[in-house]
Amino acid sequence: MSKAYETVIGLEVHVELATKTKIFCGCSTAFGGAPNTHTCPVCTGMPGSLPVLNKGVVEKAVAVGLATNCTITRNCKFDRKNYFYPDNPQNYQISQLYYPICRDGKVEIEAEGKKKFVRIHEIHMEEDAGKLVHDPYTDSSLVDFNRSGVPLIEIVSEPDMRSAEEVIAYLEKLRLIIQYLGASDCKLNEGSMRADVNLSVREVGSETFGTRTETKNLNSFKAIARAIENERERQIDLIESGEPVIQETRRWDDTKEYSYAMRSKEDAQDYRYFPDPDLVPIHISDEWLEEIKAAQPEFRDEKKLRYKEEYELPDYDIDIITNTKRMADLFEETIALGANPKKVSNWLMVETMRLMKEHQMDADALAFSAENFAKLIKLADDKVINGTVAKEVFEKIFTDDIDPEVYVKEHGLATVNDEGALKTACEEAIRNNPKAVEDYRGGKEKALGALVGQVMKAMKGKADPSSVNKLLKELL
Amino acid sequence: MIITDETIDYVGILAKLELSDEEKLQAKKDMSEMLDYVSKLNELDTENVTAMSHTFPYNNVFREDVVTNGDDRENLLKNAPEQKDGCYKVPKTFD
Amino acid sequence: MAAIRCLRHLTREADKMNITGMTAAEIGRKIKAKEISVIEAVTACLDAIEQYDKEYNCFVTVDREGALKQAIEVQKKIDAGELTGPLAGVPIAIKDNMCQEGILTSCSSKILSDFVPTYTAEAVLKLMEAGAVIIGKTNMDEFAMGSTTETSYYGETKNPWDITKVPGGSSGGSAAAVAAEEVPCALGSDTGGSIRQPASFCGVTGIKPTYGRVSRYGLIAYGSSLDQIGPIAKDVTDCATILEAISQYDKKDSTSVNRTDNDFTTALVDDVKGMKIGLPRDYFTEGLDSEIKDAVYKAAEVLKSKGAIVEEFDLGMVEYAIPAYYIIASAEASSNLERFDGVKYGYRTEQYTDLHNMYKKSRSEGFGAEVKRRIMLGSFVLSSGYYDAYYVKALKVKALIKQAYDKAFEKYDVIMGPVAPTTALDMGASLSDPIKMYLGDVYTVPVNLAGLPGISLPCGYDSDGMPIGLQMVGDAFHEKTIIRAAYAFEQTKEYKRPAGVSERGL
Repeated sequence: MSKAYETVIGLEVHVELATKTKIFCGCSTAFGGAPNTHTCPVCTGMPGSLPVLNKGVVEKAVAVGLATNCTITRNCKFDRKNYFYPDNPQNYQISQLYYPICRDGKVEIEAEGKKKFVRIHEIHMEEDAGKLVHDPYTDSSLVDFNRSGVPLIEIVSEPDMRSAEEVIAYLEKLRLIIQYLGASDCKLNEGSMRADVNLSVREVGSETFGTRTETKNLNSFKAIARAIENERERQIDLIESGEPVIQETRRWDDTKEYSYAMRSKEDAQDYRYFPDPDLVPIHISDEWLEEIKAAQPEFRDEKKLRYKEEYELPDYDIDIITNTKRMADLFEETIALGANPKKVSNWLMVETMRLMKEHQMDADALAFSAENFAKLIKLADDKVINGTVAKEVFEKIFTDDIDPEVYVKEHGLATVNDEGALKTACEEAIRNNPKAVEDYRGGKEKALGALVGQVMKAMKGKADPSSVNKLLKELL
Repeated sequence: MIITDETIDYVGILAKLELSDEEKLQAKKDMSEMLDYVSKLNELDTENVTAMSHTFPYNNVFREDVVTNGDDRENLLKNAPEQKDGCYKVPKTFD
Repeated sequence: MAAIRCLRHLTREADKMNITGMTAAEIGRKIKAKEISVIEAVTACLDAIEQYDKEYNCFVTVDREGALKQAIEVQKKIDAGELTGPLAGVPIAIKDNMCQEGILTSCSSKILSDFVPTYTAEAVLKLMEAGAVIIGKTNMDEFAMGSTTETSYYGETKNPWDITKVPGGSSGGSAAAVAAEEVPCALGSDTGGSIRQPASFCGVTGIKPTYGRVSRYGLIAYGSSLDQIGPIAKDVTDCATILEAISQYDKKDSTSVNRTDNDFTTALVDDVKGMKIGLPRDYFTEGLDSEIKDAVYKAAEVLKSKGAIVEEFDLGMVEYAIPAYYIIASAEASSNLERFDGVKYGYRTEQYTDLHNMYKKSRSEGFGAEVKRRIMLGSFVLSSGYYDAYYVKALKVKALIKQAYDKAFEKYDVIMGPVAPTTALDMGASLSDPIKMYLGDVYTVPVNLAGLPGISLPCGYDSDGMPIGLQMVGDAFHEKTIIRAAYAFEQTKEYKRPAGVSERGL
């Protein structure tokens, strides 16, 4: 490779909105379910059926637009995108081309230590397609319309990204914003967030864009990073060998780590968009817009500032806690139950992070309740249990969300505050460890630790170490 | 307007219609005549006219986000030319 | 079964009453008064269809069993006082593009020749709620694309006035069935004149309501922004009564409009004093048959003599409506008919090599020539590079047409004119020249583009004895105005039957 190349990337991100029902009919959007059990005449394209728009879809789309600094299109419409495919029951998809609901937004990202803005060209609403499964017994395909009509927004960025790191930072940012809004769970592996990568390369310093390709079927951040690297190299190879880059759609195969062109002579890519006459235009009034604005939650950047001011937490802790809505929610809910913010943060930073690593899970998957978490912190604060026991109990909360009060009682884990028993144990430890006693009296403060350990052992871990410390010092 | 064979083939791909040679000839003639006829609209200056996709100024017709439909699979599949395992069966399709 | 046989016996008496010769309202009244039973009314229609429909071919499906079952249920409800409306027990036919649960709904197309919906169109449900008994599904131009009912997969329908002539279309089966007195009334649908023109050709009355007045849910779409369901019957009273029953806001149709003025029968008043009626001068040009022109002017005189103010004026835009209409309707149709692909329902070709081959063969074998012609045109005008030149241009012209009407309705209550430039044409006369056929819609198409209500009723007969239709168009949601005007005009005329019908039983 003789010349230096720059990669130019724009993204089309599809996000499934977390509504209860589909975009144009009253069928459930619940995941799973036997094939075609969440379908009706509308989402299977029966003749004479008609779509009626789910209001929640508009509100969620506007909320995402506001959170990504978009201009909201006050009068928008739906258009039909016409193409034949068996997962598309009407053979047109109801989407928005001419008047998308949001336009001209931007989000700030940070990648490789640098901050920059990625501009959003538009966000539009549309319906998802059904699912095709290959049937090996009959060598045919089977169509399941359960996902047909699930609401989607498509967030189309400008070609503002230059590396896989920036792409991932952008996706992380979108995911966080949308999760904070509660507009979607944004799971790449489950398909509730999907990204198509538009990529071209050009010589560094060039003002014009090269020919771009669109790569689809990217189901993880790793796949996205690999596909970007792969496509960048493929295009540079073509250019270097004097061959043209063809504008086309390519499908990524993550197991084989390569992409192939999705070309067909039956696929003219001429979608004949026109306004859908079955749906009336949408008007977003000032009042409605204000209502949606008022219902916007506190986003990450605002939370960060507040956590620093109100709770005086270190930046590192704030970063981790606010990195997922789940952890931020857990943090705030636990505080609301009376727990000390710093202690909650500590538990999250140390024990929670350790267990997440051990269980190889994301913060989104944290399943324990703030109630049990707060109870545990209180038990430790009140010295009902000591630190070691608290960690043990927390593990049970982390995995099974047990009630710590019940658990401590049932397993007899409460700290023993029986002065007599404690004194007897201390005296016994002093009697049985003359060496340690001698060392301590000889000025070796550390030797006390061995004695404390002996007492704790004798007390089966249920004593409060600081009380033991104090008592031993008195006796010596 | 002259309609070529290529145009007829192209529109056939879009519309998923396969015309016989005879039908193609007829389609070329029909479409050409029809397009000539509708070009009459070019007599009108519509520079400052807004395209009217919806006749009446109604907007904001919504449905609340409440599940109203149950499982109607058996009924819906009744009309399927071919079905298997609760799905509509189609020729092998790659996506 | 025994009950039916017993009732059949009673029918003999009722036969003498010539039930099929009555209007829907008369049948309803007689049922209410217990002069006839619902079974008698229904049986009279079923028998008439059996006896005469071989000649006219108005029906694709006759639901004898279902109709008799409905009749028994409706009678019970009437007897229990649960059904008291004017349509309780009245037999009615439905155009075959409206879904009815459990009944073949073919759109007169091969591609839907085995389609049995699992749901019923909202308008049909409303009729059933009013106690009307659905007799069967009427023949039509395939997917409502045509003006002659000759493009049906089930063969053409013939005009009861002269079986060598077309009944008009696309609701030709509905109009002919009413004219032939196989049923007292029927539902049709009107995208560019498909209720009004066949009503005119068959000498009966039909209303195309304002767009949004009647729910389109369950109506198999042709041109979604233009389609409306409406009644066809022997007089204005029946049409108003049926329209009143089927007009209701439907939250399943986003384009349905919530109105409180659906009480159309209140407009059945013989009074047009002071009503301002405009005759568009630009309607009466050389393309219009002179006998029709005379009949319409005569009708204007009649209304004038009843106190209406009749004036001639220039409506404008008349010659641009058809080109705009065929672009818009074909474009919408090309998209609406994409769902017929052999996957979920309908015809699938027997042999195919792969998915796209299956699509192409199923659709090419399943659709008839006229449907394919419009799908091709519609796909073309929406395709890349042509969208603005054709589709957007047509939508702009539509706006201009709407403006022309808006201006006219500032001055007039009713715009009156012919329904079609000719009376019913000979079978096969227009199929070979599509543009010529399309030109026949010149007076009806602009009304759909502007979304307005229109009524067609007989106003005379040409020298061959074929009926001539009079069209009255009202401003949006002013159906009552045209119903009133039409009713007043109708009071000056006697209902005339086709010779073949009036000679029955002689």
